[in-house]
Amino acid sequence: MKHTISVIVENKPGVLSRVSGLFSRRGFNIESLAVGTTEDPTMSRMTIVVEGDESDLEQIIKQLYKLIDTLRVFDLPPAEAVESELVLVKVAANEKNRQEITQIAEIYRAKIVDVAETSLTLELTGEESKVEGAIKLLAKFGIKELVRTGKIALQRGSAG
Amino acid sequence: MELTGAQALLESLHREGVEIIFGYPGGVVLPLYDAMYADKRIKHILVRHEQGAAHAADGYARATGKVGVCLATSGPGATNLTTGIANAHMDSIPLIAITGQVATPLLGRDSFQEADVTGITMPISKHSYLIKKTEDLPRIVKEAFHIARTGRPGPVVIDIPKDIFVNKIDYKYPDKVNIPSYRPSTEGHPKQINLAAKAIQAAKKPVLYIGGGVISANASKELMELAEKCNIPVTVTLMGIGGFPASHELSLGMLGMHGTAYANYAVTECDLLIGVGVRFDDRVTGHIARFAPNARIIHADIDPAEVGKNVRVDIPIVGDVKKVLQALLAKVGPKEKHEQWNEQIAEWKKKYPLAYKMDGEIKPQYVIEQTRELAKGRDTIIVTEVGQNQMWAALFYRFDKPRTWLSSGGLGTMGFGLPAANGAQFGRPEALVIDFAGDGSIQMNIQELTTAVNNRLPVKIFVLNNCFLGMVRQWQELIYDRHYSHTNLCNNPDLVKIAEAYGAAAWRVTKPEEVRAAIEKAYAINDRPVLVDFVIAKEENVFPFVPPGQAINEMIID
Repeated sequence: MKHTISVIVENKPGVLSRVSGLFSRRGFNIESLAVGTTEDPTMSRMTIVVEGDESDLEQIIKQLYKLIDTLRVFDLPPAEAVESELVLVKVAANEKNRQEITQIAEIYRAKIVDVAETSLTLELTGEESKVEGAIKLLAKFGIKELVRTGKIALQRGSAG
Repeated sequence: MELTGAQALLESLHREGVEIIFGYPGGVVLPLYDAMYADKRIKHILVRHEQGAAHAADGYARATGKVGVCLATSGPGATNLTTGIANAHMDSIPLIAITGQVATPLLGRDSFQEADVTGITMPISKHSYLIKKTEDLPRIVKEAFHIARTGRPGPVVIDIPKDIFVNKIDYKYPDKVNIPSYRPSTEGHPKQINLAAKAIQAAKKPVLYIGGGVISANASKELMELAEKCNIPVTVTLMGIGGFPASHELSLGMLGMHGTAYANYAVTECDLLIGVGVRFDDRVTGHIARFAPNARIIHADIDPAEVGKNVRVDIPIVGDVKKVLQALLAKVGPKEKHEQWNEQIAEWKKKYPLAYKMDGEIKPQYVIEQTRELAKGRDTIIVTEVGQNQMWAALFYRFDKPRTWLSSGGLGTMGFGLPAANGAQFGRPEALVIDFAGDGSIQMNIQELTTAVNNRLPVKIFVLNNCFLGMVRQWQELIYDRHYSHTNLCNNPDLVKIAEAYGAAAWRVTKPEEVRAAIEKAYAINDRPVLVDFVIAKEENVFPFVPPGQAINEMIID
């Protein structure tokens, strides 16, 4: 099962490597990891999507807490979180299908950020299911390149 | 006051109460060694290999309960420390490892003797620092000692570039540590304590299973009170040896792969297992699904990540085990005798005692028993290497006090014994310090005989020489069809001559009737190390033995 966890760490050199090293040496699988500073520049927030059962999740959270630079760790169940991801997709395009790709972009509220003779680059944002849906539809035109930021998430409401 | 980084480091160590550091000089730590030339408040012990420095600091910490400090230069000096750091990490020993680093402008350029020490030590230390500004040095040293000795203790690495030692700062040592992200919880949750107390009251067949956490929390007294108050038999892990007296009637001795039959049967049959300062290591549990199958499990430990890591736990308690035991003592009621249970255990003890057969050859178990008998009344510390020597000592020495048994548990580091014995002797100069070694492991850090000779340390090294890498040979005999692949060490050099060349007293013993006199003679030497080469029965095995993958009640008993 997939879990999204949010980790608040001290914004210090080497922190990312402490966290990623922990995951690899303990055999936890990272699906995605996004990191950046928070409202407080001395702290960073990592949003990590991991695969595992409940006991794996408990162990991951405890091991993350054990790192001296970790301030807070919390599990973000989908119902209690707002989530988003940004994806850039370069789709093979020609005069015939350019129109159709543009329509798909509109449906998914994607922005067209680059137009070239043989390709269109779309910027997609949103929840995983939306992003996956768009990518699936675009696949038939041929995806030349694709990059994802990985999921970021915050707790809903005033908690946090 | 204005100090250089090197002076500031020595000043800070002094303020942390450091009396001794174990180290080896080199290029980038020259400014520090120069500062030591002027400031002699802290004793520096020159070892002969950095691994020896780390193990000596570790042995010092285990014997005294203080933080051990070791020091090495950059690159190879630092990488030589890493085995010792990993060893301390696995056994939760408070250690500060100070490493020199290339000057900050040279960092990351594959400079001469550069190694990414914080990167290398990340998975084998509790925490690590690379100091980039001399101004940060006092705060970092303060934090490092705090982290090493609080919560679950462990090693902290401080990597210091050469220019940081040279730059001057206006020195001020902080009074307090402020690490918002590090606040270990020490008090067990009252609700959990209540649940545990109730479970203890209700149990018919309880067992206390205790480990190194009891030693590091100095909780032996509280453990004894609980065991006696509730009549609960106690089994110890390798790291918990000495935490409960082996001579006590409630003692079951060690459990696990080489545990006593009665400890392993008791754990398998018990209805309540009370784990205190333990981590349900694979060498303890054997086949994990069949470990304590009938028991509810209470697990008290300072490290929340250990609770529920290897086994399901019914009543977890996170906290300092001394405080947890005190809280439990206040809650558990009148004496429950557990008569049937203790009778059953007495029967197992009678039926399956620890035993060995004497014949014409020297038996290692006999050497160990005589070592203990002849040391009676003396403050004694036993150190071991790793392998059969370690297991025989663990089983047959019968330890009664904490911090008298120093052994590499989690990492299983051959070569730990001699340097750790040196460190222990520095920390406890009056104690009789004995290192039980094998003919394989003694050679892994034999250069540390120099350190012992130069400092007139009267450590006794009792080599149980079976001409084999004994424990591996035992596995080959029992599991690999007697294929003694690369475990025959009969082409070893003459250990007596080697020890003598180093300046130690040394001789060889080949007959059982010479053993006692040899031990007495060794005890009488007080001005230098002694190595006694006991030529023992070659293919003697350590029993009981739980073959890997089996449940712990499925032992080979002899």
